[in-house]
Amino acid sequence: MSASIPQTFAQKALARAAGLPSVEIGQVVDARPDVVLSHDNTAAIRQIWRQFGQEKVVIPERMAVTMDHAVPAPTTRHAQNHAEIRRFAQEQGIRNLFEVGRGICHQVLSEEALVLPGWTILGSDSHTPHFGWLGAFGAGIGRSETATLWATGELWLRVPESMRIELTGDLPAGVTAKDFALRIIGDLGADGGLYRSVEFHGAGIQALSLASRMVLPNMMAEFGAKNAYIAPDDATVDYLLAGLHRRLEREGATEFCANGQCISLTGDPVTVDEELRALIRAGALFPDEGAPYAETHCYHAADLEPYVACPHTVDQVVPVSQLSGVQVQQAFLGTCTNGRLEDLAAAADVVRGRKIASGTRFLVIPASSLVLQDALRAGYIETLLEAGAVLGTPGCGPCMGNHMGIPAPGEVTISSANRNFRGRMGTPDAEIYLASPAVVAASAVCGVIAGPGDL
Amino acid sequence: MTQSGRAWKYGDNVNTDVIFPGKYTYTLRERDEIAAHALEDLDPTFVANVQPGDVIVAGINWGCGSSREQAATCLVYNGVGAVIAESISRIFYRNALNNGLLAIVCPEAARAIQPGDKVAIDLAASEIRFSAGTFRFPPFSPSIMGIVDAGGLVPYVQCKLAAQATAYGDGVR
Ligand code: SF4
Repeated sequence: MSASIPQTFAQKALARAAGLPSVEIGQVVDARPDVVLSHDNTAAIRQIWRQFGQEKVVIPERMAVTMDHAVPAPTTRHAQNHAEIRRFAQEQGIRNLFEVGRGICHQVLSEEALVLPGWTILGSDSHTPHFGWLGAFGAGIGRSETATLWATGELWLRVPESMRIELTGDLPAGVTAKDFALRIIGDLGADGGLYRSVEFHGAGIQALSLASRMVLPNMMAEFGAKNAYIAPDDATVDYLLAGLHRRLEREGATEFCANGQCISLTGDPVTVDEELRALIRAGALFPDEGAPYAETHCYHAADLEPYVACPHTVDQVVPVSQLSGVQVQQAFLGTCTNGRLEDLAAAADVVRGRKIASGTRFLVIPASSLVLQDALRAGYIETLLEAGAVLGTPGCGPCMGNHMGIPAPGEVTISSANRNFRGRMGTPDAEIYLASPAVVAASAVCGVIAGPGDL
Repeated sequence: MTQSGRAWKYGDNVNTDVIFPGKYTYTLRERDEIAAHALEDLDPTFVANVQPGDVIVAGINWGCGSSREQAATCLVYNGVGAVIAESISRIFYRNALNNGLLAIVCPEAARAIQPGDKVAIDLAASEIRFSAGTFRFPPFSPSIMGIVDAGGLVPYVQCKLAAQATAYGDGVR
């Protein structure tokens, strides 16, 4: 294929990952991801990897491991699992091991700037498309595939067709990126993006805060997408630069190498900053004008409102204004989708000076230790606790039914998470509604599903 | 290669949480334990009655949700030979083939097959045959067939690594 034929982001990213000048849609490539993510499943993946008979994994420097899915360990078996992971990381020299309480994998790797624009990350977690927020190619894979990557450094991937979703205008007050994601999935179905690379474009996207941008690729996992993409801009680079500095300082690094260059960190700080910024920018990939899209969907921000996904699938979406009198026993604010500072701020704004309804519990779990510290400093935690919220250790919490906030059979939870499948939170007899942080907080105050406008 | 078995039929958007509940994913590791919870929240009669070679037949987006590989292995450990669906989520699709479980997208067959039908899958001819007719599905690419023939990704990669070790004469890479 000649380089002059316009290409999608997925084509460019997978060509880079496969070390090829260009690739065609539908082509199967052997990709070498820059980062391979695993979490509490690392010990189980190790068990598979051992069947390859290797002493050492071939890509320790490309691995990132977080303990986040059941933290702090709720049972002895979970604790043994974590202990095995620590031993494995130690024996394999895996530096990027993040302890219990540091936070959820996607949030932590973003904060640590372990993934940069244009890179490919494959993770044994279905929400790995998350990294599209910073212009990376992120896709979820299985455990055998992750073990294969540890053993060989590469994995087959098919170059997907792309779908373009455009947003124009600014979101109305009280409407969030979560509402936009729910609207897309509600309109097009839980399989609407099946196997697609979903590219977000338009001034409405670039107007979103970084925390809001993170919601969109994250939620595209519920749309069936392989990966998702938002073009990185100056704000993205600033965020990653700050994270990079924090990490390199902690590691005591004197040099940073990536994208084929090495930068000495010992020189004049202003120059180092400029060089790092240029290095991050140099890796960014942008789809060409006129690239082939299988579908395009356009939304006007002004037409959106707060939505709720009703049990038991993410595409059962209705405006919150149409749900009346649904009682909730539990409201849960957190997860990789909506557990960031701006989410805690939105919830604090809603509950300030109010009390959580009796008969309802409000569980708040920040997505990371950094989010928790920032929220403490900003006073959001105090506001939430004063209203009657309960605070959990940064991590996934009850999102996938492991612990810390499991509903009883017959109970209803409204959650800022991404998935409301039957049984997701531990029992098939509980109902889960999904919404934005503001709607979750307003529902906690009202005891029934409500929008912030209903208070 | 032809295999056959009875059909277990399910609907649209069957997700990994009902195929293999998330609460077990970090504690259960043994084959029998994993097999025992297959389809627990979807069809409690499944584990007691499934027979080796049986086939799962489903609507759109089978296996959506989590990347958990046990959603595929819990079926393999119960002897399920194939999943035939109108569409299959991409991670489930990979996990299935990577564990030697045939994942076949064939909307016509998925709609026509009824619960309990005896279904035969002929890989060489890319055909699904049962009482109501014969349906063709797109053949698997040679690279996927390589994995399926090896019995899954792990044995496939074991072979590849062994071949490399022989070629380079240096054992473990
Ligand atoms: S917060 Fe929930 S969706 Fe996100 S990584 Fe954890 S378990 Fe998965």
